[in-house]
Amino acid sequence: MAAADTVTVNLAVPRRRLTWPPMTGKLATGLIIAGLITLFGLVGPLFVQDPAKVDDIGLTPPSAEHLLGTTQTGQDVLAQLAHATRGSLIVGAVVGLLTLILSGFFGIVGAYAGGWLDEAFSLFTNVVLVIPGLPVVIVISAYVADRSLLLVAIVLAITSWAGSARVLRGSTLSLRSRDYVLASRVAGERRWRILLVEILPNLIPLLASQVVFAVIFAILGEAGLSYLGLGATESFTWGTMLYYAQNGLALRLGAWWWFVPPGLMLALFGAALSLINFSIDEIINPKLRNQTRGARRGWRMSREQLRRAKESTL
Amino acid sequence: MRYLSRKLGFYLVALWAALTLNFLIPRMMPGDPVEIMLAKLGQKGPVTPESREAIEAMLGTDSSRPLWAQYGDYLAGLANGDLGVSLVFFPAPVSSIIGQTLPWTIGLIGLATIISFLTGVGLGTLAGWKRGSWMDNLIPVTTMFQSVPYFWLALILLFLLGSVWPVFPLNGGYDVYNVTPGWNGPFLASVVYYGTLPALTIILSSIGGWMLGMRNMMVSTLSDDYMVTAEAKGLRSRRIMLRYAARNAVLPSISGFAISLGFVVAGSIITEAVFSYPGIGSALLQAVGGNDYALMQGILLIITLSVLGANLLVDLLYSVIDPRIRARG
Repeated sequence: MAAADTVTVNLAVPRRRLTWPPMTGKLATGLIIAGLITLFGLVGPLFVQDPAKVDDIGLTPPSAEHLLGTTQTGQDVLAQLAHATRGSLIVGAVVGLLTLILSGFFGIVGAYAGGWLDEAFSLFTNVVLVIPGLPVVIVISAYVADRSLLLVAIVLAITSWAGSARVLRGSTLSLRSRDYVLASRVAGERRWRILLVEILPNLIPLLASQVVFAVIFAILGEAGLSYLGLGATESFTWGTMLYYAQNGLALRLGAWWWFVPPGLMLALFGAALSLINFSIDEIINPKLRNQTRGARRGWRMSREQLRRAKESTL
Repeated sequence: MRYLSRKLGFYLVALWAALTLNFLIPRMMPGDPVEIMLAKLGQKGPVTPESREAIEAMLGTDSSRPLWAQYGDYLAGLANGDLGVSLVFFPAPVSSIIGQTLPWTIGLIGLATIISFLTGVGLGTLAGWKRGSWMDNLIPVTTMFQSVPYFWLALILLFLLGSVWPVFPLNGGYDVYNVTPGWNGPFLASVVYYGTLPALTIILSSIGGWMLGMRNMMVSTLSDDYMVTAEAKGLRSRRIMLRYAARNAVLPSISGFAISLGFVVAGSIITEAVFSYPGIGSALLQAVGGNDYALMQGILLIITLSVLGANLLVDLLYSVIDPRIRARG
């Protein structure tokens, strides 16, 4: 009996493994920076003082008491930075999730279903794509007086999912006509199972890179919106910090400890996510890996080899 | 021709969607512009029912009529080019404000974007052609510029080149004291001088994306079979690079250019806010600050229309560059 058991185990079809990106220097740097910033956003606010607490020591440079100095009204910059990191990451996460859902729905489901549904979804996607997002967001923000972080994130997501949906649609169209998908259809697999088990796993790298893009876009977009004074009210993000720094003339007064940290965090986080995306891109597009013209050059015969080859044929 | 008619049909649908969105946003939002304005007036003194009617008439939101009738009025007004009267610049009509500010935006943003696109694609071609060269290693640096928030980069450049070393003016579109607007030499020179720094910030922050995209497409194209054939034929490398590789690799960049136009207009709002540039973005922000809903709607409409128009142009251009599209359509 025991022997028969092992035989059945061995006959089982091996599970398909997801290809993880090779751990290159780029990917490791990106993951470490993004991880550290996320950690700071998660636990930082627990250890710092109240970010809104006003004090009579305005615009002091970094000291032992205030590691990153104070703002014009004596608020601790480090405390604000911790809360702002959390706020910006929340916006990024919400927009990333919503983009995943919306672009997956309109891009993948539409392209897979085909027919009039695909036509309708694709038309809708393209229309949303050509209508410029930020002006719409600005006008919507102008109408709503009290904006929560969530509202800003939702508005950003609604105006920004279309690009990803278009990319996903393209890939789904090419995948659904592959031989193995047709084979599983012939084998009588149900339609939703083909979509979830045969097609979706192949789209995961692409989905991941689109979500990473959406997160970068959302965090930068929120910062821009906040800089214009139209971001979330009553909450801290990197953008609102820069807005208050700008209004408090931090730049003119040379208060670098106020406006450099949030900008630097934005830049570092954006760069880290871009580095992660480079690595995902190399999975999606194997041609970007090192097997191109430059690599082929190496196959050429050197002068020495050519001379020898000539001599031997003479 | 089928390609053309399909495209035109699509842009008609997009135009309708944009017009309807512009109509619906103010009516779907929780904050009623009439109420907001009445509340502002109410702080200064008692408000009569007549003033409410006056404000509704001015904004074109007559709450007593059904929605579809308002929609009809709105479309009829648009057909006559009537966008209402601005509140911030009272009594100027919205259309004249847009007429004054739009050329500034198109001049600055349009030129900067085209320069950035051409330079970026050119450098990307070289970087992809000579993979691993110093130019190729430059790309991560330029993408760093992209992940820096645009306004932060602009503010720091403004601080360095405007305040610390005063090479460029701090704000504005031209020297208001010494030159008179018009087609004269000093005015144009002043416009170029004032526009250089804003344009520079736009180019710096956007060139990385074009370079990276073009470089990646070049790398993909270079591993295609016809490249090997071209090399085997013994063509000059300049010809292989430009006619064989770049021509095919540039196609996604061109369609990306169309999509990015929307972001360009959006970015212009922030550029103009940083440099106090007298363009349409500044006008939009002033409208937002002053609760000028008619102006806001008008500007949103014009921005959307110009993005749609630019997209249409790029689509038409695309069919000229890529013969496959004409053949397939």
